[in-house]
Amino acid sequence: MAASETTSVTKRSNKPKKSIQKSEDSALKYSSEELLGFYKVMLLIRRFEEKAGQMYGMGLIGGFCHLYIGQEAVVTGVQAALEEQDTVITTYRDHGHMLACGMEPRGVMAELTGRRDGYSKGKGGSMHMFSAEKQFYGGHGIVGANVPLGTGIAFAHQYKEDNGVCLTYFGDGAVNQGQVYESFNMAALWRLPVIYIIENNRYGMGTSVERASAGTELWQRGQAYGIPGKQIDGMDVRAVNVAAKDALSFVRNKNGPFILEMQTYRYRGHSMSDPASYRSKQEVQKVRSEKDPLDEIKSILLKNNELSEEFIKSLDSEIRDLVNEAAEFAQISPEPDPSELYTDVLI
Amino acid sequence: MNVSVKDLAKTEHITVREALRDAMAEEMRLNTNVFLMGEEVAQYQGAYKVSQGLLEEFGEKRIIDTPITEQGFAGVGIGAALNGLCPIIEFMTFNFAMQAVDQIINSAAKTLYMSGGQMNAPMVFRGPNGAATRVAAQHSQCYASWYAHCPGLKVIAPYSGADAKGLLKSAIRDPNPIIFLENELMYGKSFDVPTSADFTVPIGEANIIREGSDVTICAFSLMVEKSLEAADQLSNHGISAEIIDLRTLRPLDIETIIRSVKKTNCLVSVEEGWPFAGIGAEISALITENAFDWLDAPVLRVHGADVPMPYAANLEKLALPQVEDIVIAVKNVTYNH
Repeated sequence: MAASETTSVTKRSNKPKKSIQKSEDSALKYSSEELLGFYKVMLLIRRFEEKAGQMYGMGLIGGFCHLYIGQEAVVTGVQAALEEQDTVITTYRDHGHMLACGMEPRGVMAELTGRRDGYSKGKGGSMHMFSAEKQFYGGHGIVGANVPLGTGIAFAHQYKEDNGVCLTYFGDGAVNQGQVYESFNMAALWRLPVIYIIENNRYGMGTSVERASAGTELWQRGQAYGIPGKQIDGMDVRAVNVAAKDALSFVRNKNGPFILEMQTYRYRGHSMSDPASYRSKQEVQKVRSEKDPLDEIKSILLKNNELSEEFIKSLDSEIRDLVNEAAEFAQISPEPDPSELYTDVLI
Repeated sequence: MNVSVKDLAKTEHITVREALRDAMAEEMRLNTNVFLMGEEVAQYQGAYKVSQGLLEEFGEKRIIDTPITEQGFAGVGIGAALNGLCPIIEFMTFNFAMQAVDQIINSAAKTLYMSGGQMNAPMVFRGPNGAATRVAAQHSQCYASWYAHCPGLKVIAPYSGADAKGLLKSAIRDPNPIIFLENELMYGKSFDVPTSADFTVPIGEANIIREGSDVTICAFSLMVEKSLEAADQLSNHGISAEIIDLRTLRPLDIETIIRSVKKTNCLVSVEEGWPFAGIGAEISALITENAFDWLDAPVLRVHGADVPMPYAANLEKLALPQVEDIVIAVKNVTYNH
């Protein structure tokens, strides 16, 4: 596969509504039912994360808590393109990925509160949840470390010949890690079925991409290894979904890895302890008002008269109830039994 | 004498490297999910020829040459293990594995715990550990203590060929991540090794390789050989040394050491590595806690000099435990100068 093969770029646009990915073609590809499906997942993630933020403030969640608010379209659009044998691995900003993979909100919330009914029995926390059943491989706290792991998960797909692809997510901060390039090299060399999704939310903790990266066109980072890449408007779930489908097709046809740079944005700080003084409130407000992934889809659904405001409101109410129920469950569930301190060290 | 070897029907006199190769080949025939990955393991037949012949038998899919990217391929191996395979990751030496330590500890060792028991990494990280000859500071470190420190790993360090084969087979079958510490200077040494493909040695059991009554010497890997030589010399001085080959460092078979100390009342621990927080330090603490009343003298440690490994031949000799050092330590604890 030649380096020149697929380098189509959809450049970041300053004009909110008229960038290339949101063409009429793209909009027509999705039925209202599909759009509503996307909307529901994104709304669940949004409300869940808002609740988690609240609970952290109340002292019910401790340690690190990295919220996905604003980035919902990325995992939602990608997840909708997957087949059941595909696998997912991401970093510590992982609550959205878990919900999109179909993990239960109460199990995720109970893990955040460190209780025995959490996915990891309370022993993992926000950054360390897994679900073998839902093919979700975590949840990893060390920046960049999940990239070789995802490459290895893809290696196993290839070895087992199960037609699976591993979707390996990481951020603009992780993209400068050496092990990322070690992974790219092996993935390209061995044509592993892995898609590297760079969630570029413009800041690696408090350091902007411009201050951290000598080359800011992250979709091009695979060029040295002949890995094709695309830059996608990660705030538009349809553009994400189209890109994911194309990349999956490419990879499933044994062409080797693919890189998708999703241009996205987080409304909150890096984590709950980050006041985010490295960017202006105006910048956040601008993105929120012009590019919010949920508003985008909601306005399409309302405009086409497919759905009414009342329906949207009652859907929101339903989702809030679900999230509140999860939050209550997460507080009622007891902490792990002290004997669990010594379990699960070895098999 | 190693009683378990005598009991087994048929043995062949082969080198440790052949025994390790046979272990891998047998387990790969048994389980198609087992594969070997590392630098020069395939076409080069292994940097130390441990994987000689494996590419020919198992092919490129299962014997894989990697680029020189330890952090990357350790992580790839762990990911493969999480997704159902049983990797053997070879490090050309454990010195190079320092690049991969984050993956080994944070991604492999801790994942079963962090996932509440959901995800495990059944795999073996193996390769030569400790000093070779004249390869100096960056190529001579002993990592036994570093890995034995960490919950979530098993750490094995065999001495004999039979133990190398039997323990590597057990390690490959084990569902946990395992650090398998070999020794380059042991690769060429020959032992009687059982030929049966069913032969395994249990992990977590030390072996009394020589019975004695006046002092207990515990050692692992190459230092077992030095201890055996020391025991021969000591017997000429009327000192009967019992030697425990630890074989597994984590979980450590402290019970065997305690039973022996209750018999001999003296303990000398021998290791190649640095003294601070080394294997001997841990054994000394455990014996002090569990067998204090049986000790006639403090536990003494024979260990490598607390310096980076020098290149000059005379300095290297001074930096590593020699037979005389073990003899002197034993004479000390037995008040026999």
